[in-house]
Amino acid sequence: MSFSQNREPITIEDGFKLIDAAVTKLTRIIEGKPEPPFLPEEYIGNYTIVYNMCIQKPPHDSSGPLYEKYGAILQAYDKLTILPSIMEKHDEYMLRELSRWWEINKIMVRWLSHFFYYLDRYYIARNGIPSLTVVGMTCFRDHVYEKVHFNVKQVVIALIHKEREGQQIDRALLKNVLDLFVQNGMGNMERYEKDFEDFFLTETNSYYSRKASSWIQEDSCPEYMIKAEESLKKEKERVSHYLHSDTEPKLVANVQTNLLVSVAKQLLEKENSGCSALLRDDKTDDLSRMYRLYHAIPQGLEPVAVAFRLHVTAEGNSLIKQAEDAATSGIVEEQVLVRKIIDLHDKYMAYVTDCFQNHTLFHKSLKEAFEIFCNKKVAGSSSAEMLATFCDNLFKKAANDKSNDDSTIESTIDNVVKLLDYISDKDLFAEFYRKKLARRLLFGKFSDDHERSILTKLKGQFGGQFTSKMEGMVTDMQLGKDQQTGFEEYLKNANTGKPKGIDFTVTVLTTGFWPSYKTSDLNLPLEMVNCIESFKAHYEIKTNHRRLMWIYSLGNCNLTARFDAKPIELIVSTYQAAVLCAFNHTERLTYQELIDQLNLSHEDLVRVLHSLSCAKYKFLKKEPASKTISKTDSFEFNSKFTDKMRRIKVPLPPVDDRKKVVEDVDKDRRYAIDASLVRIMKSRKVLPHQQLVSECVEQLSRMFKPDIKMIKKRIEDLISRDYLERDTENPNTFKYVA
Amino acid sequence: MPPRSASKPSKKRSNPDSVTSSATGPVPSASSKKKASKEVDGTDKLFDKYANASSGVIDPEGIEKLCSSLEVPHTDIRILMLAWRMKAERQGYFTKGEWRIGLKALKVDTIGKLKKALPELEKEVREPLNFRDFYAYAFQYCLTEDKQKFLDTETICQLLDMVLGSTFRAQVDYLIDYLKIQKDYKVISMDQWRGFCRFCNEISFPDMTNYNLELAWPSILDDFFEWLREKQA
Repeated sequence: MSFSQNREPITIEDGFKLIDAAVTKLTRIIEGKPEPPFLPEEYIGNYTIVYNMCIQKPPHDSSGPLYEKYGAILQAYDKLTILPSIMEKHDEYMLRELSRWWEINKIMVRWLSHFFYYLDRYYIARNGIPSLTVVGMTCFRDHVYEKVHFNVKQVVIALIHKEREGQQIDRALLKNVLDLFVQNGMGNMERYEKDFEDFFLTETNSYYSRKASSWIQEDSCPEYMIKAEESLKKEKERVSHYLHSDTEPKLVANVQTNLLVSVAKQLLEKENSGCSALLRDDKTDDLSRMYRLYHAIPQGLEPVAVAFRLHVTAEGNSLIKQAEDAATSGIVEEQVLVRKIIDLHDKYMAYVTDCFQNHTLFHKSLKEAFEIFCNKKVAGSSSAEMLATFCDNLFKKAANDKSNDDSTIESTIDNVVKLLDYISDKDLFAEFYRKKLARRLLFGKFSDDHERSILTKLKGQFGGQFTSKMEGMVTDMQLGKDQQTGFEEYLKNANTGKPKGIDFTVTVLTTGFWPSYKTSDLNLPLEMVNCIESFKAHYEIKTNHRRLMWIYSLGNCNLTARFDAKPIELIVSTYQAAVLCAFNHTERLTYQELIDQLNLSHEDLVRVLHSLSCAKYKFLKKEPASKTISKTDSFEFNSKFTDKMRRIKVPLPPVDDRKKVVEDVDKDRRYAIDASLVRIMKSRKVLPHQQLVSECVEQLSRMFKPDIKMIKKRIEDLISRDYLERDTENPNTFKYVA
Repeated sequence: MPPRSASKPSKKRSNPDSVTSSATGPVPSASSKKKASKEVDGTDKLFDKYANASSGVIDPEGIEKLCSSLEVPHTDIRILMLAWRMKAERQGYFTKGEWRIGLKALKVDTIGKLKKALPELEKEVREPLNFRDFYAYAFQYCLTEDKQKFLDTETICQLLDMVLGSTFRAQVDYLIDYLKIQKDYKVISMDQWRGFCRFCNEISFPDMTNYNLELAWPSILDDFFEWLREKQA
């Protein structure tokens, strides 16, 4: 056809006829039927028909009818050709048909739009109506997609099920089909979601719910977890192969809920293979898997953390029970117990850092578990006391046995500090520790390095106030050495008061750092009195305004006892020495005479006499020779005594001061509570009861867990001392009295 | 009359008002002076009937006489109420000033009128605001030493009976039982004393369902509550 300005207008009838012919040819081509392709002239010709019909002057301008025609062509094609072909087929064949016709349709729409292109440029643009492509797609959607999507979806889901059960399916086909769903949404995902995804997820839900029920019955926990992990992997692959990526999070959540969340309790608590068993048997791989699986689920780790905590608590409790059962005659083997607890801590901390990736939830669970059993009493001993005794034994051994390398000691110290964190009565520990530290420092060897090391670590963890007294004690010992040198210098230089042949060492303790000790008005033997006097003189020169309080109960003495057979050196306490020396001047003394002479308390004298006359070494003869001391006894120096040893150490059994320590700590707690209450009320002025109590507990929690009843009583005490008063309107609120 | 009987030896305290102390209150105006002075005279005469001539105050013996005149047992709460009205400071004694205050407030000047005024007085004291004040006064009144802050449980038991017994019989009986049995508290403070009254007023009895251990009830009441619960079980 040639361009010619003045030619006859094309009528709609004629024009449509030409178009129909072109369409017929087109369909034959795209359906793969034998048909020669469009020649360029034909192609241009088709375009030109439309063009001419559009630009014709009215009444022959046919843009509107052409637009309609375009739509009608496609609609007819969809309804009469495409749809029936698809509906003829079933199952996978139907999918293939659909897929094929979808491609064909796209080509059809493309070509046809090219022919009708002129409409797009002016008519459509001017009128704001859907473009040719949109019309084409809408047509397919309305006349094909809407009719078949339900059945298609059924087939797709059936195929997916097949694949889940292990069979091979045509993934590419599924991808095409699902792409089709997406594209038929025409800009949004609604069609994909409503017509496919929702059903798919429902089906997935019941599939995995069934699987979960059967696996949980048949499989052990590790086996189940492997299957779960595998399932998640497969489903994710499924997304990459043919599902839309939007589906992934929903799919994953679905599978997780069914396989992991709803069965969590059953799974974790499985006997012989659940969380507890895995922890017990050191199955790190399985535990890591457990963590991985549950970590991916929001709040999924919580049941695992709970199972962890319960297991650790049970382990700890059984250690405590073992120790309780093993405690014969009420004596706990705290060395064994503490070591076991330390080992338990190391073992489960390793799980936390490795399998559980250092997650805070597990740190918290571990802490909570330890806090439960670390605060239990064993055979009357509190954990605070046991830990203090443990340290005592550790340091005593270390000081005596230099072969222990420092790094083991250091790591044990680190463990002790960690354990102390779990113990709520930290102040009780401090008090026991202080008492035992005093004995270590005064009676035997101690390693300055080790003592300082633990104090530094305790200070770092619990603050300077916790360790200040103990540090002071260790420093006193340090200073004591210098002081002793100074004293000996003084003795050499001063002409007066050199004690006659008695070597004399004095350790000056700063009151306040050291535990309080009773003084006694012991009447010392004369030789010792001279020593005391000379030191006093020296000290008064050195210092101003300081009062010395002599604690003879802490002293010890080396005596040479001249028995008939041979002289033996006795290492005894000052009290014991005083009693023995009394026999220097008299052969025989009664109990009463000894009391009068020495001015000891009955309690102390009985203890001393027992150790010298009824115990392993009988330096004194007792009359009557019974096993206990009575006030009517009399004593004589046992000159017949002998032993193969040349030196004998006679221990004076220490008084059990556990009760006193607990009392002292209770007293200190009352002051601490008072101080805390006053501090809080001073700053808040007015505060309701519950808040006051909880703030007080919070403030003191670093050192101990205050008893609520005690706090209440202290509040009442403060009221009667006019520090606080009740609000007249509201008796549950307190006011600070300035 | 408050629990401390007349035979208890008197404690060291500041000297009681002497007879020559001036009356409290504003100086009466010229017109009412005659009436006022007549009242004062009557009141004073009545005072002298019961007062101890040498000390110039009504002492425990005098109070006992007063009680028999009023036909009221001397452990009766109404005497305590009278003491409250008088703002009497020292247990067992009424000074002339206190006497005047009390009788003036009651608007009486003879023993007969005083007797008739007692029911009115009781009604007035039992009004909630007044009772709160009276209740605390009862405790205060029994403190005999300087700077004394606590009363022994024996006295408290008697006080409870007298002050709260008629209104809260059941609570008082149980409280007294408890106070006698328990060993933790040897003395009671004002705060605890006030707690008892609050308890009787606020807590339904004997079920005590609205008692809350988490609130700021004095510990002694927490212990009482737990003791009673156990008994009821």
